[in-house]
Amino acid sequence: MYRYDDFDARLVGERAEQFRSQVLRRLAGELSEDEFKPLRLQNGLYLQLHSYMLRIAVPYGTLSANQMRKLGSISRRFSKGYGHFTTRTNLQLHWTRLIDVPDILRELAEVEMHCMQTSGNNVRNVTADPFAGAAADEIEDPRILCEIIRQWSTLHPEFSFLPRKFKICVIASPHDRAALLSHDIAVQAVRNSDGETGYRVSVGGGLGRTPYLALEVGSFVPKRHILAFIEAILRVYNEAGRRDNLWKARVKILVHQLGIDEMRRRVEAEFAEIRESGMLELPPAEIERISEYFAPPDFEDLSGECPEFESAKRQSKQFAAWVKTNVHDHKAPGYALATISLKPIGLTPGDCSSQQMEGLADIMESFGFTEIRVTYEQNLLFPHVRQKDLFRLWQQLDALGLATANHGLVTDIIACPGLDYCDLANARSIPIAQEIARRFADPGLQAELGELKIKISGCINACGHHHLGHIGILGVDRKGVENYQILLGGSGAEDATLAEILGPGFDSEGIIGAVENVIETFRQTRKPGERFLDTYRRIGAAPFKERLYAH
Amino acid sequence: MKVITANELTFGDVVYWTKAHDWQPSLQQAQVLDDGDADGALELAAESVNRCEVVAPYAFPVRVEHGRILALSAREQIRARGPSVRLDVGKQAA
Ligand code: SF4
Repeated sequence: MYRYDDFDARLVGERAEQFRSQVLRRLAGELSEDEFKPLRLQNGLYLQLHSYMLRIAVPYGTLSANQMRKLGSISRRFSKGYGHFTTRTNLQLHWTRLIDVPDILRELAEVEMHCMQTSGNNVRNVTADPFAGAAADEIEDPRILCEIIRQWSTLHPEFSFLPRKFKICVIASPHDRAALLSHDIAVQAVRNSDGETGYRVSVGGGLGRTPYLALEVGSFVPKRHILAFIEAILRVYNEAGRRDNLWKARVKILVHQLGIDEMRRRVEAEFAEIRESGMLELPPAEIERISEYFAPPDFEDLSGECPEFESAKRQSKQFAAWVKTNVHDHKAPGYALATISLKPIGLTPGDCSSQQMEGLADIMESFGFTEIRVTYEQNLLFPHVRQKDLFRLWQQLDALGLATANHGLVTDIIACPGLDYCDLANARSIPIAQEIARRFADPGLQAELGELKIKISGCINACGHHHLGHIGILGVDRKGVENYQILLGGSGAEDATLAEILGPGFDSEGIIGAVENVIETFRQTRKPGERFLDTYRRIGAAPFKERLYAH
Repeated sequence: MKVITANELTFGDVVYWTKAHDWQPSLQQAQVLDDGDADGALELAAESVNRCEVVAPYAFPVRVEHGRILALSAREQIRARGPSVRLDVGKQAA
């Protein structure tokens, strides 16, 4: 894992102390709310419906046992005993008191964590493939570049006042487990015909009011020039991005107004200039230095079948079911990745109690896991588990209420906090997710339906990625009453597409029936084994529309 | 009819403007204002922003039924009680 150097430690520590004095000045009336608001937002502190909400950054979704334990302890002592993992792989505490935040920041700094770049018009927390370091199809660990980008962009003077927030994602496999193309900049490690590693860079993705998938600006950017290339994009954006209208300020709008060819031309021109100056060239030694932080653990030689694992599957049907949905192939023989579903039926997607966080830290220590990952699908993941440990791990997860076997299935729903917490919301997301999960709780039915991704946002800001749902749900406000639109056909994977709105919205009861009808239509028309998304792509929206809006 | 609300500065809790010209945690303690009076009352209430008592006060519509104040919008109903999905937290838990 990446460890802070002296610079990082000093920066984060000083930032916490600086915020303490800002809070005291605010409470003493020396700073007005208008003056204070940008300062608290810079430290991830929002005012929401019931209270202040603190958004804690989890860089590229990786946490150590120590950090997880600290999050458990902080959420117990300074919030209400739980936290909420988001689609940006951050952790939100929905019940923080302003006066406690300086202490929280100090405690976070003790475990090399902070809340910077979780808000404001800067380069936000960079996200990565949660399978990093473990995926069989990976070219390199994408977190190396994430960390390089993080160091370069943190408090970078030119990028602290961008027209709007800026999200970068890095993956290094052909499979996309990070919703790559929904980011402002999407970086994917690729190999050229000479076998060299470089990056395919796309720009202008984003959801929200005007959803777009990112378009390619560079098909193969050599490794050493990747920062120069990203800086070139940010310069073009800083210069030409709109600042007059919040809704038109993201780089996606610029890209789609200029057209990708003109965007590419401008980026190339800036890139040539930066490259010539030699600044920002990444020396191999520096890449090497950062890579060491992400060196994989020493995998034991475990080739061949694992008899303990095989017999456990035979003995426990429940364990076998969990393995089927939540355990994934690892690059090292005898190892596996294990998804910890934060979607128990009827509970809040993404919520994790303080006790669960501390329990997970205990598990990590007892199994010797150095890392746990947060996924954008609001689940957690252990990246390196020996197959022979899986049964014992499952038992311990089960004792914590964390062994729901539903990864990728109809009940593994993404839902933003919505109107239960969020100040910007039009409608509740969580109760809709809970009710859908209850209706489809039967494990046999879930297995029969196969991969089916439902994603729910409580407003047009799309934190719940509704445009990327096989079935997406968007909460809107109809004269003070919650109303829900249904969208079909989105995907956040390597076959990314944006979902389309099907027709008029439904009330909170109606939307559940609508989802049931959509799924019933799918069951009647699918070919054997076909995924929902593939059926939709084959037959189009018409049969679904007909069923929903016939009378 | 309207009620004025804000979040308390130090803790962030939801509070309501009362007849006594202070802020209290329960919607039932709020002063119910005729629509025409809401602007004036909001101006008065907003002075407590300068006194560092609350943040971002605003008025929202209510009706009164059997002596109880009911918020009209889902948003204000949820603010008054707490999250609808966690009855063990928020004001509803007290
Ligand atoms: S999508 Fe809207 S309601 Fe949901 S968390 Fe984002 S801003 Fe809030």
